Amino acid sequence: MQSTDSKMKRLVGPTIATLVPVIAFALAIHVYSNELLLTYMAIYVALAQGVNIMYGFTGYLPFGYFGFFGIGAYVSGLVMLDYNFPPVVAVVIGGLGGALVGAILLPLFRLRGAYFAIGTLAASEAIYTIVANPSLQSITNGPYGLNLANYYSSGMAYGSAIGLVAISIIAVSYVRGSRFGLTLKAIRDDPYSASMAGVNVPRQRFYAWLISAAIAGMAGSIFGWATSVFYPQAVFDSSLSVLAIVFALFGGIGSVWGPTIGAILLYSVYNAIGISNPQYFQLIYGVVIVLLVLFAPRGLLGFWNFIAQTLRSKRKKND
Amino acid sequence: MLFEYAIVGGILLGIFYALLSVGLNVVFGAQKIINLAHGDIIMLGGYAAWELYQTYNISPIISTVIVVPITVVLGYLLNRVIAPRLAKSSDPEMLSLILFFGLSEVIEALSSLVFGNAERSLPVTSIPTAPLKLFGQAYPADWWVSALVAIPLLAIFLLFLYRSSVGLQVRAVISDSVEAAVAGINARRISGLYFGIGFALAACAGVWGVFIFGGVSPTEGPAITVTAFAIIVFGSLGNPIGTLVAGIIFGIFYQLAQVYVPSWSNLVPYVLVIATMLTRPQGLFGRKQRIA
Repeated sequence: MQSTDSKMKRLVGPTIATLVPVIAFALAIHVYSNELLLTYMAIYVALAQGVNIMYGFTGYLPFGYFGFFGIGAYVSGLVMLDYNFPPVVAVVIGGLGGALVGAILLPLFRLRGAYFAIGTLAASEAIYTIVANPSLQSITNGPYGLNLANYYSSGMAYGSAIGLVAISIIAVSYVRGSRFGLTLKAIRDDPYSASMAGVNVPRQRFYAWLISAAIAGMAGSIFGWATSVFYPQAVFDSSLSVLAIVFALFGGIGSVWGPTIGAILLYSVYNAIGISNPQYFQLIYGVVIVLLVLFAPRGLLGFWNFIAQTLRSKRKKND
Repeated sequence: MLFEYAIVGGILLGIFYALLSVGLNVVFGAQKIINLAHGDIIMLGGYAAWELYQTYNISPIISTVIVVPITVVLGYLLNRVIAPRLAKSSDPEMLSLILFFGLSEVIEALSSLVFGNAERSLPVTSIPTAPLKLFGQAYPADWWVSALVAIPLLAIFLLFLYRSSVGLQVRAVISDSVEAAVAGINARRISGLYFGIGFALAACAGVWGVFIFGGVSPTEGPAITVTAFAIIVFGSLGNPIGTLVAGIIFGIFYQLAQVYVPSWSNLVPYVLVIATMLTRPQGLFGRKQRIA
């Protein structure tokens, strides 16, 4: 029975990592009444975790992550408006839309490192230019955005956002603990040895990419639904991927807790000063990025792991 | 008529775009640093031109010369601070991307604090010339004057790189910095200098960007960076001459799109960069050595 025992033990960490933020978000609404703001915060947690799956486990930085977000917002918004789908179903379809675009962009994986990052950025900007193009006004309403005010429902959107937080954290924990996650790490650290050892490198990476894209698609869908009226530049905003990447880096990439904590902390800072003085917030996170790269490439969790490791080695001595 | 207009205009603008992107390729040159703050350096060049004209009534043509020494020194100092740390890391190219992205945010934030968010533009009368008439079409003065300023700048840069002794050292460091150091070249100082020259070329382009882009604003940086990146990838990373040709071809493509399908013209740089990366990653003039 030891194997089930250790399996149980292995489930404890991810369960706590999922439940704590979910319960915290569920309770927060009773303390802090700005529901839209909490919805956005939950969306950013999910986005930071989506970046985490991609960059943390494969080393490919999705600079154009906002493309999936925007596609999700548009796909779900259009199926609501044109086919009258219930919003929650539309959110799932938005996620599928994100994954579909991810599949279309698969050739970008021929690029490595920084070129991949810029390739995805260019692809997402291209998608934005197409969606927002006045020539496509009959389909996407071009530069004038979508109006989903008829589908607005207080509570439902927030509930979905919390659900998405849970999904994204479960996805990260699964990836991290599974054989799949181990192969991804092997790929990140040494793709040649990994493929020599029989790992199907492109396929594993592709799965991570699809999961990551689907999360962004759903995040965008919920964003559009909760915001109810949006313009294309609001959902195809490169600062969305920027913030998600900064939050994930700040918390600690490759961990389950890091991006959650990073997103909640920095998004709170953003709300405290970012709305009234966006330049000061931009200055702060710019400086944070520079300092992180130069001095702490492993983020907040890097420090935490350092402490935890010293504690663990002490405990082992005591045993 | 329209076709000729697009071609001639494309060449004039293309020379400007060559100047706009060559600095990014130069910064990439020695240490494989991807300068995501390139567009922000261009933006700063634009503000320099604006301040110099509005406060001291200095012509943009002279401002182009004034910004050079300042940016060379700034670039050199920045390089000496960051290069050693990047070199120590496991993935310098990727980290340089994130680092310069952070720097770009800092520059953007500081500029909007100092200059405000409103776009600033310079009157065309600050370059005291008339539109150029050619083949029965008139081209705005800023198009051909900026091309006329860019040509000697690019020529001086190429002469420096391929005909001077310092340029020889630069090329030695680019091809192999360890071997160059063995031969007695101070590789760090040389790459720092070359990095600074990349900044200076960007700032010079920025002075003229105020006219070509119709103004300068703190948020213009990232879009310019992507365009410049598209051009240098198209013309081969690390090859400045490739960038010049690619800039002119880009200018012609862009003008053709502007004339015939204006609402889709913004797609040109993105399609260009993706198509190049996927079909010929080494670019127009690259040897097949670098897998992008």
